[in-house]
Amino acid sequence: MKKILSLILVLVLVLACAAGFSGCGGGGEAPPSGGDSAPTDDADTGGEPAGANEVVYIGVFEPASGDNGAGGKQETLGVQYANSVQPTVEINGVTYDVKLKIVDNESSNDKAASAAADLVSAGCSVVLGSYGSGVSIAGGPTFEAAGIPVVGITCTNPQVTEGNDYYFRICYLDPFQGTVLANYAFNELGIDKAYCLSKLGDDYSGGLVNYFVDAFEALGGTCIEATFPEGNSDFTSYIATAQNEGCGVFFSPVSTEAAQLIVDQADAQGMSMPILAGDTWDSNVILQAASGKNVNITVTTFYQEGGDPAFDAGVKEWINSDSANLSNNGGDDTIAAVTAMGYDAYFVALAAMQKAGSTDPADVMAALWDTTYDGVSGAIAFDEIGDAIRDVAYVKTANVETGAWDFVTVQGVE
Amino acid sequence: MEFLTANLPYILAGISVGGQYALIAIGYTMVYGILRLINFAHGDVFMVAGLVMVYLTTVFPMWLSIPMVLVITVLLGFAIERAAYKPLRNAPRMSIMISAIGVSYLLQNCALYFTGGLAKVYPQIPWISKTVTIGGATTKMVTLITPVIAIVLIVVLVIFIKKTKIGMAMRAVSKDFETSQLMGIKINAVISATFIIGSLLAAVGSMLYFSNYASVVPTSGAMPGLKCFVAAVFGGIGSIPGAVIGAFIIGICENLIKGVGWTTFSDAFTFALLIVILLVKPTGLFGEKATDKV
Repeated sequence: MKKILSLILVLVLVLACAAGFSGCGGGGEAPPSGGDSAPTDDADTGGEPAGANEVVYIGVFEPASGDNGAGGKQETLGVQYANSVQPTVEINGVTYDVKLKIVDNESSNDKAASAAADLVSAGCSVVLGSYGSGVSIAGGPTFEAAGIPVVGITCTNPQVTEGNDYYFRICYLDPFQGTVLANYAFNELGIDKAYCLSKLGDDYSGGLVNYFVDAFEALGGTCIEATFPEGNSDFTSYIATAQNEGCGVFFSPVSTEAAQLIVDQADAQGMSMPILAGDTWDSNVILQAASGKNVNITVTTFYQEGGDPAFDAGVKEWINSDSANLSNNGGDDTIAAVTAMGYDAYFVALAAMQKAGSTDPADVMAALWDTTYDGVSGAIAFDEIGDAIRDVAYVKTANVETGAWDFVTVQGVE
Repeated sequence: MEFLTANLPYILAGISVGGQYALIAIGYTMVYGILRLINFAHGDVFMVAGLVMVYLTTVFPMWLSIPMVLVITVLLGFAIERAAYKPLRNAPRMSIMISAIGVSYLLQNCALYFTGGLAKVYPQIPWISKTVTIGGATTKMVTLITPVIAIVLIVVLVIFIKKTKIGMAMRAVSKDFETSQLMGIKINAVISATFIIGSLLAAVGSMLYFSNYASVVPTSGAMPGLKCFVAAVFGGIGSIPGAVIGAFIIGICENLIKGVGWTTFSDAFTFALLIVILLVKPTGLFGEKATDKV
């Protein structure tokens, strides 16, 4: 009898295991030898029957889990929406169906290369992504070796494109963003002492804090730097230090997962100083965390909702039309800047393919240098490193009562 | 006095984290005392308790969700023992350890599947999520009540082990597994009771922990689990008072180190402590010499 019972329990466990693994897809823990994070064959490309059209594949290299899962999903939504608006592309008089190949790089630098390899073997003509600079840097060499061009959407660390001819990007860079934030804190907020928090070993927050500190100290301010390790969820001591040291601003451009905790604990500890962050915090995750709390959050970002009303209305309708989209966007229809950027990136890729007159990755890569596109987030053109030429950032602040972003100013650097 | 006011937030945070660690560390130390097994899945049971709470409160009111979380976590702990450890009772110790690691990853990956990899915001439990100010430091109520709850539960547990029949059986089993079996102790019942108590405390710990740090991800259990394991080793694995004291020491030191400004080394400290303790006193603070090892 007892044997039967334990047998049944084992069976239940095995079944749960099977369900877990078949569902996880990209979530498996297999070594990077392959089999891991198989491309989720995203067949819902606009719903039109494939017909006799030729097919061109665009890879989407984004995190759907881990620290940056929420942001990665919103960026992917932008690409998917663009694909639903424009599911075909005409290249040299031939109409191609555009299909997206979406992989999950799990926000993890050591999973990035195998996720990138999946896109390479899927035969993508061009790849978009990723949210999070660390994974972009880690995945870059794989794409370079395979000769596939990548259009970075919101990876702002300079090292993403440096020394990698195949990596382009359509957003501004951290040296620019850090300087904008430092100028804003010093000149607009009138603060001369800042507390800077980054995650240990994270290219994005570490890089951005460095550029902020450089710019802030050049202006005559002082900074206290701190880092927290992976898996940390106790920020009370960091907040206490910032308060004890009499800092005027809490600069923490970290992932949205950590941000939720910081916002919550800042409120619980009655931290009155403004919290300043970069583009990652421009997310409804932050708005939901801040809603109804006594916190003051200001971010710099790529796009302000309302910048292109037609685009806004289209995205909102599309997000609300499908519960899966709605949950990927964090449960409401606030438009994240990364969604707008994902949308633009898709059209940049199409423009490059049309300019190249071919779907061959090498031709697309050659054409990308001179590709220009007028997107919802502004005009996009590339410089000699492959970076977008951009000189303004939008500053906005979280309204804790309405649960929306309030536009503050457009900030550049002198 | 000035020193105290400045450092009060760190000490408060340390005591509260210490209390939460203590509740989890007991689960490690009791299972080790009886089975000589390091139950690697324990940290993940703690994480699952957090997730269960998140999902239950979307359907049920809070007063119903709390007892349900306790019951579900206890059932999970019981089921894991029956399915993954009991069939290996006579297998080499290494096999059961590997089985525990397997359960740990199974739970993490199932959680990844159910949450879609995104952080879940932990619901606010009324009253304990309230903000209070003491001595110039503002914090949540949960920070203050955690050590109280932890100590009350631990005293109850110690009385339970000293005074009840099943507690006596536990002490016997931890002393000599085979002999107590020959003396007619129902070994499976004792082991199940151990897992049930451990899971129950982990569930309470998860409520306190996530009320403070209100976000649950599939890997939420990994780091607290590891630190509680260190706490258990620090105090002398197998000893309940040892685990509790170890947990408080680790919680407080970790936060004081952050207060000094060495934020980068706060985790490194915990594990450096483990190495030092193992070198200087391999059995931990209260290990081996104590006769009752439950």
